Amino acid sequence: MSLTFDDGTFIRSELVTPLPPPKRNIGAVAWMRENLFSGVLNTLLTLFGIALLVLVVPPVVRFLFIDAVWEGQNREACLGPEVGACWPFIKAKFSQLIYGFYPADQRWRVDIVFALGAVLLVPLMVLDWPMKRLNSFLFFAVYPVVAFVLLTGGNIDLSNFMLGHAGVIPFMSGTDTVMGLNPGFWLDYVLTALVFCAIAGGILALLGGNAMSAARGVGMFFVGLGIIILMWDFDFGLQKVETRSWGGLLVTLVIAVTGIVTSMPLGILLALGRRSHMPIVRLLSVIFIEFWRGVPLITVLFFATYMLPLFLPSGVNPDGLLRALVGVALFSAAYMAEVIRGGLQAIPKGQYEGAMSMGLGWWQMMRLIILPQALTLVIPGIVNSFISLFKDTTLVLIVSIFDFLGQLRAAFTDPNWATPVTLYTGFAFAGIIYFLFCFGMSRYSLFVERRLNTSHRH
Amino acid sequence: MKRLISTFAFAGAFGLCAVGAQAATLDQVKSKGFIQCGVSQGLPGFSNPNDKGEWTGLDVDFCRAVAAAVLGDASKVKFTPLSAKDRFTALQSGDIDILSRNTTWTISRDTSLGLNFTGVTYYDGQGFLIRKDKNVNSALELSGASVCTQTGTTTEQNVADFFRANKMEYEVIAFATADETIKAYDSGRCDVYTTDRSGLAAERLKLTNPDDHIVLSEIISKEPLGPVVRHGDDQWFDIVKWTLFAQVNGEELGITSKNADEMLKSENPEVKRIVGTEGKFGEGLGIGNDWAFQILKQVGNYGEMYDRNVGPDTPLKLARGTNALWTKGGLQYAPPIR
Repeated sequence: MSLTFDDGTFIRSELVTPLPPPKRNIGAVAWMRENLFSGVLNTLLTLFGIALLVLVVPPVVRFLFIDAVWEGQNREACLGPEVGACWPFIKAKFSQLIYGFYPADQRWRVDIVFALGAVLLVPLMVLDWPMKRLNSFLFFAVYPVVAFVLLTGGNIDLSNFMLGHAGVIPFMSGTDTVMGLNPGFWLDYVLTALVFCAIAGGILALLGGNAMSAARGVGMFFVGLGIIILMWDFDFGLQKVETRSWGGLLVTLVIAVTGIVTSMPLGILLALGRRSHMPIVRLLSVIFIEFWRGVPLITVLFFATYMLPLFLPSGVNPDGLLRALVGVALFSAAYMAEVIRGGLQAIPKGQYEGAMSMGLGWWQMMRLIILPQALTLVIPGIVNSFISLFKDTTLVLIVSIFDFLGQLRAAFTDPNWATPVTLYTGFAFAGIIYFLFCFGMSRYSLFVERRLNTSHRH
Repeated sequence: MKRLISTFAFAGAFGLCAVGAQAATLDQVKSKGFIQCGVSQGLPGFSNPNDKGEWTGLDVDFCRAVAAAVLGDASKVKFTPLSAKDRFTALQSGDIDILSRNTTWTISRDTSLGLNFTGVTYYDGQGFLIRKDKNVNSALELSGASVCTQTGTTTEQNVADFFRANKMEYEVIAFATADETIKAYDSGRCDVYTTDRSGLAAERLKLTNPDDHIVLSEIISKEPLGPVVRHGDDQWFDIVKWTLFAQVNGEELGITSKNADEMLKSENPEVKRIVGTEGKFGEGLGIGNDWAFQILKQVGNYGEMYDRNVGPDTPLKLARGTNALWTKGGLQYAPPIR
């Protein structure tokens, strides 16, 4: 389609269709040349990798699926020369792995707690979801109280305990209770609250501050505390379930979530304290952090569980799971503090100076300028701590709290399921569960990092 | 019994300080309404959770028997699973009322740890498991054998003592956990597997071909397993001790959980004394006079307890052997109730 003039001038009117690139530069072959076989070393590594996959994957698939036993009532089903994973074992023990020794007819309470947690957590994690403030209030303030009541059964008689130790006019209160509530205590509580409001207001009035707002602040605190006591003391008619009978994934999640949620604010405070210019605050923070980092978690748990009762007066015996929870939370807070301190140190001095020159106070500076930058910087470190905390929860087995893995180990000892493959099946299942949780956390942190664009491209 | 050597050192160090600090255990148990019983974190046939998530086993049933005697209800027991390391500490700190965690009765534990053993619920002893095709019929033919065992346990010492006493060569291949040990034995890394005979029966179930292996008849150590209570509370000690005696006497007299009600009408004076229709033996213990009847009715006699958990009809298939009644050539003997 070219024009040819009489004088022989040749003018091409359109472009020649481009030739396809040489075969060796496109498609699967080229990709492989580039990525897998680009040199002697890479070729060797690729071959090694392939060999490893061939060696590992088919036997695993055969064990887990092809040769696996899917139906059965006891060990007889899983005996034999060429038997793979014994899934009926997991099926028989499944509810134990999730709930531990939680009474079977009460397990709906655990289900509700799980479901509520998921319903509140998912919108919290999706960054675009509206009403973040309400959502976090529900998740961090309301949910723990509700979960506590549902899991333990509530009605813990906290008011009587408090009467024994605090209160302005204890003599007014009787021990009679209505629906698990003690009218005397509540009268006492309201009066105590009013007295405290008056004191706070009075002090601020003397100092020339805003007396009303101080009184209101103290009042709000008492109202909040009162609601918690009310919820925990109210007799909802739920059967009491001791933490001793909790177990399985329930305990793993309770410990991990409590540890994660409490270690974060504690860690921030400790990190700020350690970088503070006030010598006492700094010293106390350093002592706390170094003490908890210097002691192995096993020692902490063992001490809290078996040594503490020897030192406490008889009759004072805090709940076993609670003792472990406090130990885990303080322990992880110390680690979290150091991670966050790393973030604080990475913020250039100019940011501090800039904030101060804007006339921001110390707390405003931290809250508005420094911490948002510092925390996003150390997301990988924070998530690292969370993941290792999640896996460290298995250590509570040594203080006789049966977490997921502990419950699994106990299930191994059932002679009705003792077979050559029981152990492998159980650990394969545990591996899958732990992987799902840890991989989930890790992917979510990557997603948040990308959204906040922390790896500033300088 | 994975008796880590360190248990001695640790429990010994703290054992002395907690003794005698507790109020009478019986009063505590009555006021709280249940017995806190320390069991293992899982030992097949002795204490392990079943499919329904309930604790079962010989040690577990014994705690239920004590609850039946003291509170009249065998279900009023709460179990604390304990590792070998922390079992004595838990008892000394008052965390549990009875330790029923197949613990071997030895002089060091009975005296210096501030504990009292109340009897023997199971006479165990260390044995050997070997492949049939090795054609070994006696442990004395094991010269030159490689022995699989667990590290840091007294089983390892017992093997050393046995082979040295008989002037035989051997090689120990030790592993950290029972599961690793049995897998190593199954894959042929050693000729013999040794642990307590009850443990051998349980571990044998995990072998690829259990029928290709036999347990040699020699028993190279004495492992009397029994419940333990704190030193210094004689009343509680008596109750736990006589709970076992009542079960053994019950078997001797043929009283079972099924015929216990009929036995109330029995004219046999021995039976009348045990079921409480004659005499007031419960009073001496500080509990109801029907204490032994409740034990036998709700939990059963010693033989029933044995058969239900470790006997020939269970996967463990342990013959009574030394645990048979004294009238049948075994060691289970109880002082009379009168």
